[in-house]
Parts: sequence; structure tokens; C-alpha cells
Amino acid sequence: MKVAVIVFPGSNADLEMFNAVEDIMQVPVEYVWHSETDLAAYDVILLPGGFSYGDYLRCGAVARFSPVMEQVAKAADAGKLILGVCNGFQILLETGLLPGAMLRNRSLKYRCKMVPLRVENNQTPFTADYAENEIIQIPIAHGEGNYYCDQETLARLKANKQIVFTYEGENPNGSIENIAGICNERRNVLGMMPHPERAVHQWMSSDDGKRLFSSILKTWREQNGAAINA
Amino acid sequence: MLKAIVYVTLRESVLDPQGSAVKGALHTLGFAEVADVRIGKYMEVALETDDREQAVERVREMAEKLLANTVIEDYRFEIVEG
Repeated sequence: MKVAVIVFPGSNADLEMFNAVEDIMQVPVEYVWHSETDLAAYDVILLPGGFSYGDYLRCGAVARFSPVMEQVAKAADAGKLILGVCNGFQILLETGLLPGAMLRNRSLKYRCKMVPLRVENNQTPFTADYAENEIIQIPIAHGEGNYYCDQETLARLKANKQIVFTYEGENPNGSIENIAGICNERRNVLGMMPHPERAVHQWMSSDDGKRLFSSILKTWREQNGAAINA
Repeated sequence: MLKAIVYVTLRESVLDPQGSAVKGALHTLGFAEVADVRIGKYMEVALETDDREQAVERVREMAEKLLANTVIEDYRFEIVEG
């Protein structure tokens, strides 16, 4: 199994994502620059947080046209696992791999803090190691995490159980239905505003993000037999 | 040379947190008649063409593909002499 961490100009959580994969999944992981046009070698693709292209125009709007994103779309089609965190989530929305869009936080404030999340759906490749409705602690750090979609899309998200994480208690950004993370219908693409890669050791104040990475590994093993480092 | 003047605003159905904050500030300043404020983007796109018809078509494509996110935003534009 091989993992790619996509790096855009302005990504800043790429190192943390890389380290989380090394520490928790313990599989080969590589940085892949946004101009790359071949992702065939990778089984899991991670889009890290940051401010790709300075968030110019809209968050993720310019990154979406990076050469690598065409390959990410192809990988999604092929059923590979794709996780977008924070800016990575915004890019997945702009790309249309996930439905909806991001608005400025309702408070207009950049929120950077540990927040409780509810695992709404543990039947995904990314959440298999969590219990359904479990409350976990994962930090957020964003100014534009106010997830929005129209009512029709929301009804579809609910019907297909695509809402994976919601904010428990206070909603830090005003997102519709307290949404913190959603997946596609096929369950192989997950976007979330909170940063699981920043909660993988007790010294980080929480290690609840660990199980997201272990879930990915577990799913991949189940799908591909036990040959992990092949 | 032509120039496209592009306006992008949040759709009516979408709450505009910046607009709400500015409305609140205007009320504080005593502009009680302010009923609503919507904040958007203004863009000038210089075009190396004199073909207006083609420019309209191309700018619409630019807006749909990149300049606006039609999930949350509306756009309109006009073509003027550059």
C-alpha cells in the first residue's frame, strides 16, 4: 500500500498528514506535487489543509484546476480512497467530487480549537474503527468551514447516509445541519473540516484521529488481502 | 480590445455573513434605512479580441468554470470597450 500526500502551493498541513501516515499507518508515503500527472502508484490519496493558491478567488477554486486534480478525479472513479481535510475538503467541493460549497464562518472569525464531533456513520472506509454516534475530539482551524448545500442535496446526503461527522454541541462555523464531514455515495471520497492528523498522539491533546487512519488501513487490507507493504 | 466586467454575488438563498456584519455596522452608525447588504466580487477581465459575440460566450464559460461557484454564487457581466 502506498499513500500520496498532495502538495499545492500554499498547503501547510502536508507535513502533519505525512507524519500521521508514517506514525499510525506505517506504510510508504510520498509527497506529490500538484503538477504531477500520474497517480497510478498510489492506493490512498490525501489532500491536506492549508491555503492553496492563497485561497484566491475562493478556497480551493484555483487548486481544483491543478494537473493533479484530474488524476485525483480518475482515482476517485477507480474507487481509490481519497481524503480531503480542511482546504482539501474545500478543493473536493470545488472539484465536484463532493456536493455543496463552503461559505465564510457565520461568526466571520477564524476558529482554531479542539471540538467534539459525532461519528454519524461508521460504515465508511474512513470510520470503520469508530463506534456509531461516538463523540470524538478533533481540532479545527478554519475561517471558511460553513458547509452549505441546497435542500435537495441535503435530503440526498441524509438518505444516502453521506453525513459522516457532525459538530456536537456548539457549531463553530454555522454549517448546515452541523455538518463537519461528508462522503460521496460510493463512500470512497471523504471531506472534513476538522484535522484528524492533528490528533494522533496523546501529547496533541487527543489521539482520536488515529482511528481514521487505522480505518483506512483496515479497509484497504480487507479489500486487498493482508499484503500491506506490497 | 474588449473588457469584461464581471460581478459575482452570493445567491439570494445563501446567508451572507459579511453582508450581515456590515449591515449591523451601518445600523450602529445611524443608517437605520439599511435593509440589507450583500457583498460580492467585482472583476475586470481584459480580452484580446474584438469579437463581442465570442467574448460573451467565452466569459460565460469562464464564469461557470472558475469565476463563480454556482452552488452558492450568481454572476452577471457586461462587455465594454477595453
